[in-house]
Amino acid sequence: MEFLNNLIIGVSLGSIYAIIALGYTMVYGIAKMLNFAHGDVIMVGGYISFCTTFYLDMPVWLSVLAAVAVCTVLGVVIEGLAYRPLRQATSLAVLITAIGVSYFLQNTAMLIWSPTPKFYTAVVSGSLSLLGGQLQVSYVSILTVAVCLLIMVVLTLFISKSKLGKAMRACSEDKGAAQLMGINVNRTISITFAIGSALAAIAGVLLCSYTPQLSPTTGTQPGIKAFTAAVFGGIGSIPGAFLGGLLLGIIESLAKAYLSTNLASAIVFAVLILVLLFRPSGLLGKYVPEKV
Amino acid sequence: MKTLKKTTKVNLATYLGVILAFTCVTVAKGTGLLSNSMNSWLVPICCYIVMAISLNLTVGISGELSLGHAGFMSVGAFSGVVTAMSLQQAIPFSPLRLAVSMIVGAALAAVVGLIVGIPVLRLRGDYLAIVTLAFGEIIKQLINCLLVGWDSRGLHFAFNLDGTQTISSLGLEEGGIAIIKGAQGATGTVTLSSFTAGFVLVMLTLFIVLNLIQSRTGRAIMAIRDNRIAAESVGLNITKYKLTAFVTSAALAGAAGALYGLNYSNLSSSIFDFNTSILILVFVVLGGLGNIWGSIVATVVLYILPEALREFRDYRMLLYAIVLILVMLVTNSPQVKAILGHIKGKGAKSHG
Amino acid sequence: MAEKKFEKGKMVPVPSRSIIPERDLDKSPVLECSHLGIDFGGLKAVADFNLTIGRTEIAGLIGPNGAGKTTVFNLLTKVYQPTRGTILLDGVDTAGKSTTQINRMGIARTFQNIRLFSNLSVEDNVKVGLHNQEKYSTLSGILRFPTYWKHERAAHQRAMELLSIFDMQDLAHHQAGSLPYGAQRRLEIVRALATNPSLLLLDEPAAGMNPSETAELMENIVKIRDTFHIAIMLIEHDMSLVMGICEGICVLNFGQVIAKGTAEEIQSNPTVIEAYLGKQQ
Repeated sequence: MEFLNNLIIGVSLGSIYAIIALGYTMVYGIAKMLNFAHGDVIMVGGYISFCTTFYLDMPVWLSVLAAVAVCTVLGVVIEGLAYRPLRQATSLAVLITAIGVSYFLQNTAMLIWSPTPKFYTAVVSGSLSLLGGQLQVSYVSILTVAVCLLIMVVLTLFISKSKLGKAMRACSEDKGAAQLMGINVNRTISITFAIGSALAAIAGVLLCSYTPQLSPTTGTQPGIKAFTAAVFGGIGSIPGAFLGGLLLGIIESLAKAYLSTNLASAIVFAVLILVLLFRPSGLLGKYVPEKV
Repeated sequence: MKTLKKTTKVNLATYLGVILAFTCVTVAKGTGLLSNSMNSWLVPICCYIVMAISLNLTVGISGELSLGHAGFMSVGAFSGVVTAMSLQQAIPFSPLRLAVSMIVGAALAAVVGLIVGIPVLRLRGDYLAIVTLAFGEIIKQLINCLLVGWDSRGLHFAFNLDGTQTISSLGLEEGGIAIIKGAQGATGTVTLSSFTAGFVLVMLTLFIVLNLIQSRTGRAIMAIRDNRIAAESVGLNITKYKLTAFVTSAALAGAAGALYGLNYSNLSSSIFDFNTSILILVFVVLGGLGNIWGSIVATVVLYILPEALREFRDYRMLLYAIVLILVMLVTNSPQVKAILGHIKGKGAKSHG
Repeated sequence: MAEKKFEKGKMVPVPSRSIIPERDLDKSPVLECSHLGIDFGGLKAVADFNLTIGRTEIAGLIGPNGAGKTTVFNLLTKVYQPTRGTILLDGVDTAGKSTTQINRMGIARTFQNIRLFSNLSVEDNVKVGLHNQEKYSTLSGILRFPTYWKHERAAHQRAMELLSIFDMQDLAHHQAGSLPYGAQRRLEIVRALATNPSLLLLDEPAAGMNPSETAELMENIVKIRDTFHIAIMLIEHDMSLVMGICEGICVLNFGQVIAKGTAEEIQSNPTVIEAYLGKQQ
């Protein structure tokens, strides 16, 4: 029973990682860049949702919408101002810029909301009692898993069926060729950032409902973990991000329960390294050998 | 066509610049020109310079993006502290004890570098970056669980896996000292570091890295960076040379770590986290990949900049972030470069 | 210029369906491939490739685009491990060897899409080629022991000698990536030669060169063979070069050898004509 409980915790934590990882993986797939500021967009999403409910007394659904809207705009603005001018630059230059953006967001948040943590009220409370009370499943967990599944399904359909989704896949294969076929590459990348950031906002709300502390560095650790999850599943692959996130959450929660509380993250990272040694492109990633 | 071969002159100028800077600062220190806070910057700056040069060896010269360099610093720092504390009676002469500690720190970091490098260097690009990041985090957490004490019987280790063990689990004798106390880190360390030691370490690092680059090994490392397949085709052992660069870099970071660790009486492993690795990477990138003197200058400027911005208090890290983004845009974006060139051109015209 | 004008050898059969120049008959062949093949997925990119190259032969490998010529080079240098067949280099089986080991065993190559160490100087590119000739340890490199100076001086001299083949000494300090195209191709040949090979593989050495540059290159390839006494095998689309200097020519189409022989034999071979021009109606 205890095992089942830990598994459920793992699955819901993993679902949050998966949603964040989707943002990383989509942006990587199309812009070939590691968007280190993604974790901080999560944090902004959390704060927006917090402020709209706490100060403006908005209903929960409206506050989530507000968070999604603000983060979407934020994502597009960041991409346009900081990343777009560097489209031809080395990946390292873009990486450093992303780090700069991350510092910028964290410090702006620190100025606006102060470094002291805020207490976030979960979007749903209470829990479901199963098996005669032996198993407690919080509604937040159920919501998280449901949202994650929904996003996964919608996103997969969107990428495979819609015209925009096709444009995204085309851009990620070959930007030059996509441009020649009349696809507006810059616009497509902007939209990818918008979707990724909207997902980050949802992840922010769920994350803060899960661990009710909210501070300017809230996004950092989950960001790194989700980034790991994306690589774990094969960066650039959407099912990979889903699988990676879920597995990562489960491994973390089980490691915490049965192996060592102090080393849970270290164990997660160790598993990642092992996986990459045997599958250098992640679980579902494609290995593209260099052509001679 | 670009002509090279100014290398020797540039190297000489780098050595001279460092010596000159050291002399000036020492004189300023002697005449009391430096404030207390400025004095406290000197050793960390030396440590970060060594960190930046050594990371430049991995990222700039060998072309492998590493996001876990602080992990090696951490290994060096804590092994250095343990060495220095347990040799207090054996080596009473503190500069020698510091040197021994730095050597031990470097050696241990090199061993960890080897263990990390053998599997990691098979990966490429972003995957290598994420695995080095993962190793950095693992090292941090492992040290967080570490308990080390010393008494007349020697060193005692314990590993606090479940969070229940404390320093008393080491079973130290009367008069024994607890050196590393898990998540608290090392406390009560007798500090040994000095600016002179930092200067010597910087010079030594320069000597090792610059001579390495201008040797058969260095050429092989750079050839592999420029074109791995061509390097194989001329008979270079890829793994050997990538590993040479990685381990040398780790060893230097270990020495810098030992110096850093012995500069503070309290040291927690959490300061050698991902953010520190990133900070050093920023020094390297802004100084120019493969450019050693650039790394030194960037480190000094970027270390002092946030300190100098202290009067802006809360805004200083924000300013730092903005400066960082702007510098990257100005140096890397063709559009921004074009705009700047335009302004420059206009300026020149109006003057002429 | 050179008094000794290039003479093609008479080609004679050797055991195993191949031919080598008559003058190489008394020496063991430098390379013997038998039944070499590789599959990519279900596709047989190269199948049943048999070839023997004489000790000082200049051999040509030709065929339409996509015939598998570069794949053969990649098999010989173990960039790809062959699915079937054996490669004997100086009579030694190269099965399971890596690209690095193959180079040390005596095969050097150039690449169709130039692969220089573009951030290094021209001289350093050649010195990297000399890596396994002028050896000293990393430690003596850092501490500048006498062996460092000795071998560095030797490497410098040797690099200059090698560069002088193509009159490139003056470019020694230029960055390799900033050289004009033709010079980059020549530098790749010099770098390959620096590894002291017994067989030099040139992948489209004349690509992008004008007729006079090609003529000069032809002379130089022969000069290299004559001074270093090595075998050279080249892939080339420029038929004036192939027919001009190659003694034995092998024609590939769809991964299969469709003809082997001297220039005259190849030129009049109906299968070859068909592969290049299509069936006559």
